[in-house]
Amino acid sequence: MTNPRRVLVLGALSAMAVATARLYAAEGARLVLAGRDAAALETLAADLRARGALSAEAVTADLATTSPDALLPALLVPLGGAVDAVYLAYGVLGDLGLAERDLTVAAQVIDTNYRSAALWCLAVAAVLERQRAGSLVVIGSVAGDRGRKSNYLYGSTKAGLGVLVQGLAHRLAKVGARAVLVKPGFVDTPMTEHIKGRRGPLWATPEQVAPTLRKAADGGGTVVYAPWFWRPVMALIRAVPSPIFHRTNL
Amino acid sequence: MTLEFRERRDYLSWGRVERRPQRVARPASRRDLAPLASGGWPRLAVGLLRSYGDSCLATGASLLDLTRLDHLLAFDDETGLLTAEAGVSLGELMRIFVPRGWFPPVTPGTRFVTLGGAVANDVHGKNHEAAGTFGRHVAALTLLRSDVGEVTCSPAENAELFAATIGGLGLTGVITTVTLRMRRIASAYIDAEKLAYGSLDAFFELNAESEARFEHLVAWFDCTAGAANLGRGIFSRGNWSPFGDLEPHRDAGLLQLPVELPSFTINPLSLRLINAVYRANETRALGAHRLHYGPFFHPLDSVRGWSRIYGRAGMYQYQCVLPVPTAAAATHALLAQIAKSGEGSFLAVLKAFGALPSPGLLSFPMPGITLAVDFADHGRKTLALFERLDQVVSEAGGRLYPAKDGRISREMFAEGYPALARFARSVDPACTSDFWERVRP
Repeated sequence: MTNPRRVLVLGALSAMAVATARLYAAEGARLVLAGRDAAALETLAADLRARGALSAEAVTADLATTSPDALLPALLVPLGGAVDAVYLAYGVLGDLGLAERDLTVAAQVIDTNYRSAALWCLAVAAVLERQRAGSLVVIGSVAGDRGRKSNYLYGSTKAGLGVLVQGLAHRLAKVGARAVLVKPGFVDTPMTEHIKGRRGPLWATPEQVAPTLRKAADGGGTVVYAPWFWRPVMALIRAVPSPIFHRTNL
Repeated sequence: MTLEFRERRDYLSWGRVERRPQRVARPASRRDLAPLASGGWPRLAVGLLRSYGDSCLATGASLLDLTRLDHLLAFDDETGLLTAEAGVSLGELMRIFVPRGWFPPVTPGTRFVTLGGAVANDVHGKNHEAAGTFGRHVAALTLLRSDVGEVTCSPAENAELFAATIGGLGLTGVITTVTLRMRRIASAYIDAEKLAYGSLDAFFELNAESEARFEHLVAWFDCTAGAANLGRGIFSRGNWSPFGDLEPHRDAGLLQLPVELPSFTINPLSLRLINAVYRANETRALGAHRLHYGPFFHPLDSVRGWSRIYGRAGMYQYQCVLPVPTAAAATHALLAQIAKSGEGSFLAVLKAFGALPSPGLLSFPMPGITLAVDFADHGRKTLALFERLDQVVSEAGGRLYPAKDGRISREMFAEGYPALARFARSVDPACTSDFWERVRP
């Protein structure tokens, strides 16, 4: 047996984070779960312990409005001050129609998905750089690959985050630490519950995406699509010339 | 988050006969269920929709899909006592606990069933003689009622409500958590044995001879074989093996039947062919084998959505139990009727139920023989056959399994379930289902 993995999950209540944390629990990992909903986090922590996690600690915090400076060291205490994998899994889809009319709504989406997430990534990168080991895995989105009228605001935050993670991967490479951006396609989660046709062939469950997120911490490329077929699909979508793209209703 | 309901056309029961749209919410946590405790709006909690008929549908009411309530709450590695939310599936429990040497005490023929569904239908498995029904291993459960809110039930606490909830078809309130006694296993394998037998009498003999030595017993029979071959089939028996690893099953990479096949796929001719091929195939595999629990307990789970093979029209399963004194004669009569009809299908199962009492007021199993046969829905012809079968079952003092039923009459249901009136007193006034609307006293 190798040493138990030390895992920090930022936004642990997102459906994909839950499914991924459960894979770590089955391996006997030690986990710290950060999120906003104290009761739901405690339920998840108990679930992970029953599933085999060596330890699972819940920490309640609004990551989007809390500075990582003070909180990040505290989050690492239950793991003994060091970490093997950090997942950044929080984000909001936001109501684009509302955001177009009300800039404070737009600002919330940008603050949560980009501003705060980028600061957490920078703070985590500093820890990994010091450790000279460990992985930061950030959940991006295929929506960040090409702006389209139905969700460009959300997409732009994930695109920005993607470039940041790419840069961090570059920076961390020389010390042996890693940063990875995982871009899921359509995933059947409470966040996408309102979208019609959610059982189509392009849709995946969080449980189907989780193994990709789990593996991303151990090695492989800097940008990973989940499921894999989104890479060629998005390459195609990026290649469509604007005059044609503008006639679609995506 | 609160409960958000949407009209859904993809919530069908396993038989796919009923096609009425359902109003569905899929809560993300138990807290989202708070509105259930106030207000009497009609509702039914559902899980993985493996009930065949209409007991997991509630047209005009609201369905609560609880499959996201899949958290484990506590597990004791010493005793195997597990408390979990009702939406977790038995398959998931197997994946988590097989590597640690534990298994659900009873598993039905599919692992795609939630804890809540297993309780609400008081499911049985191949080990009924040794272990009884699922409900016998439930130490406690939590219900969310429209009238009194959250209630904990166990054989000692709120015993009447507990007895009504085991096998209570989700009608006594929304089951939110279940405490289950898991059983120890030494490996993930079954030492199994398959034997060909030629007649119904031979089945009874084999079963009697096997009961003391094997935990798991079941027979597949060829429902197209008539006259002298009536009931012929393959008898399978097995015990948990002390040898082998604790590797759980895998669901990834399963075959998927993505579309409904044309309704004529299952016809008397193709049926004879399928049964002959299956029999030949099984005959080749006779003898003793060490089998993984997946193919042993859940052979059909390897094709997701297999009921789509029956096409747009859908299918029925007729499952009855016949009490010991009349079992032999009545089974003979049923098999003769089915063979004569040329209906029936490739899934035809005979199994003995043992003497361990079922804990639920509406539990299906009783000591005797249970018979389960799939039928393509050929409309009136199929229903007429069922009526002839009903008559045999009634006269024999047997009853049908609500989890499989989509057409039983009110009278026959009442006749088969003597505790029905007592059960009805424990029904949550807000809970209902299409099945219940059909049969309620």
